[in-house]
Amino acid sequence: MNPFTGIGHMLAEPFIAHALLAGTFVALAAGLVGFFVVLRRQVFAGDALSHVAFTGAVAALAVGVDLRVGLFVACVGFAVALAALGRGGTTGRADDVVIGSSFAWILGLGVLFLTLYTTSRSAGGDGKAGVSVLFGSIFGLSASQAYVAAGIGLGVAVVVLAIARPLLFASVDETVAAARGVPVRLLATGFLVLLGVTAAEATQAVGSLLLLGLLAAPAGAAIRLTDRPFRALALSAGFAVASIWLGLALAYAAPSLPPSFAIMAVATAIFVAAYAVSARSAVNRLPVRV
Amino acid sequence: MTGEPHLSWNLVADVRHLLAFPFMQNAMLAGTIVAILAAVIGWFMVLRGQSFTGHTMSIVGFPGAAGAIWLGLSAATGYFAFCIAAALILAAVPRSGRARREESSVIGVLQAFALALGLLFVSLFKGFLGGVNALLFGSFLGITNSQVVTLLVLAVAAIAILALIGRPLVFASVDADVAGARRVPTRLLSTIFLLLLAVTTAEVSQLTGALLVFALLVMPAAAAQRLTVNPQRSLILAVVIGILVTWLGLGVAYFSAYPIGFYVTTFGFAAYVLAAAWEAARAWRGRRAHPQHALPVTP
Repeated sequence: MNPFTGIGHMLAEPFIAHALLAGTFVALAAGLVGFFVVLRRQVFAGDALSHVAFTGAVAALAVGVDLRVGLFVACVGFAVALAALGRGGTTGRADDVVIGSSFAWILGLGVLFLTLYTTSRSAGGDGKAGVSVLFGSIFGLSASQAYVAAGIGLGVAVVVLAIARPLLFASVDETVAAARGVPVRLLATGFLVLLGVTAAEATQAVGSLLLLGLLAAPAGAAIRLTDRPFRALALSAGFAVASIWLGLALAYAAPSLPPSFAIMAVATAIFVAAYAVSARSAVNRLPVRV
Repeated sequence: MTGEPHLSWNLVADVRHLLAFPFMQNAMLAGTIVAILAAVIGWFMVLRGQSFTGHTMSIVGFPGAAGAIWLGLSAATGYFAFCIAAALILAAVPRSGRARREESSVIGVLQAFALALGLLFVSLFKGFLGGVNALLFGSFLGITNSQVVTLLVLAVAAIAILALIGRPLVFASVDADVAGARRVPTRLLSTIFLLLLAVTTAEVSQLTGALLVFALLVMPAAAAQRLTVNPQRSLILAVVIGILVTWLGLGVAYFSAYPIGFYVTTFGFAAYVLAAAWEAARAWRGRRAHPQHALPVTP
């Protein structure tokens, strides 16, 4: 079969077009935000947010409001709380424990809401609601959902690029940045809010639990491959978008693969390849006589 | 069971009612062992700043179990295989100095990929979907006698190993550089601890689900380390808090329609918030009593 006609068939399907539109911009945002998440050592905060997103979504289902309201309220609220409670800047040991204890409790709340939701409508639905929130349903997006996701993703990407320079400074050396008059505290809070918005939006596309992969894998690979920050930022966004495209194509070609798995598998493969490549080049860079 | 259990004001009668059924006796026994084991391992985890690792470990068992069930093996095989593999991968990543940044991205990718694998196994093995919630959120009920015995053996072994390596492990956790300079084998200790963490989460999450393992690992230790800086005292406190939280959670969940995961995490978080408030109050009183000592603490 001619691969080009295969791609043509794939793109003609509306659900694929929606998935590609939403996925591309969500990945763009996740790749850009993820670079700073890894740089600021806040991957655990990203992990926590992806679980908070679960609770927000299930709470919205249980109460009967729009899913997205729950997602955004929970994620942005948690991000603001984290910024207020944490010591700001790069994650220290104290933040580690604050994040761990609070999101374990929030996940406990999520279980409560899941029970409330499943018992309130005893007939259909049952356990599947929780599972689809956890793992996403990118092939199930409607046209309007896809446009909203793309818009929010693009918005986050623009904001990240606008604050990239001072944020980079504050992430690499907070003390010097503060001495030079960079508003580090404001940047830390603003960045966490951006992370919250990304988490809330990405949850709809790839599911709350796989969001972490889109934040960590492309950025980790990019940082591994280059020391130059803006090149790494661009690489990270590129890897994230490539993971979505290749993952969606894989999932379309092999229908037994869930799309979230295919996306994450591509992202992980990129991460592992970056590790292998950089390990080899590090060996080559060694002085001749060791 | 005869009718719905009701909570009365007679606490003795309530407790007798609670322990009347063998499944509740086993749940209480297993819960107590789990609470002690998780509090001890979690105390070191919090001291070492490895909450993210602990959370990842508690999740990695899920695809292991789903994959094992899909292949027709026992779930326990999958739990142990995946958790130990994750520990070995993480042990291979250096966690000192600049590399800490890379460590967190490795943990993140590992966790996300593990979950994606879990999703794949679940979707390949159709009809298992209801089991996902049980694997992730657990129940504590339906624990057999032999499971309690296995758990006890494992807990005793894990705590014995920790007792042997406890002192150098604390040293290596508090200041890895100085410990390394004094020829403490920090790398080896770190690997042993990761393996202990892996085996513990693999065993415990079979009984409780991923959520409760992590809560019982992090919450009692986090609360205890806020209450005192003395290591022995905070270790004992962590165990006491862990047991109380588990008993309260099991007891209240028995008389209620809502899941135990909600109660245990709520009591654990309450303990943590109370400990943090107590610490803040003590610091405030100390500053008022001795203003000359109120030097800013550098982080």
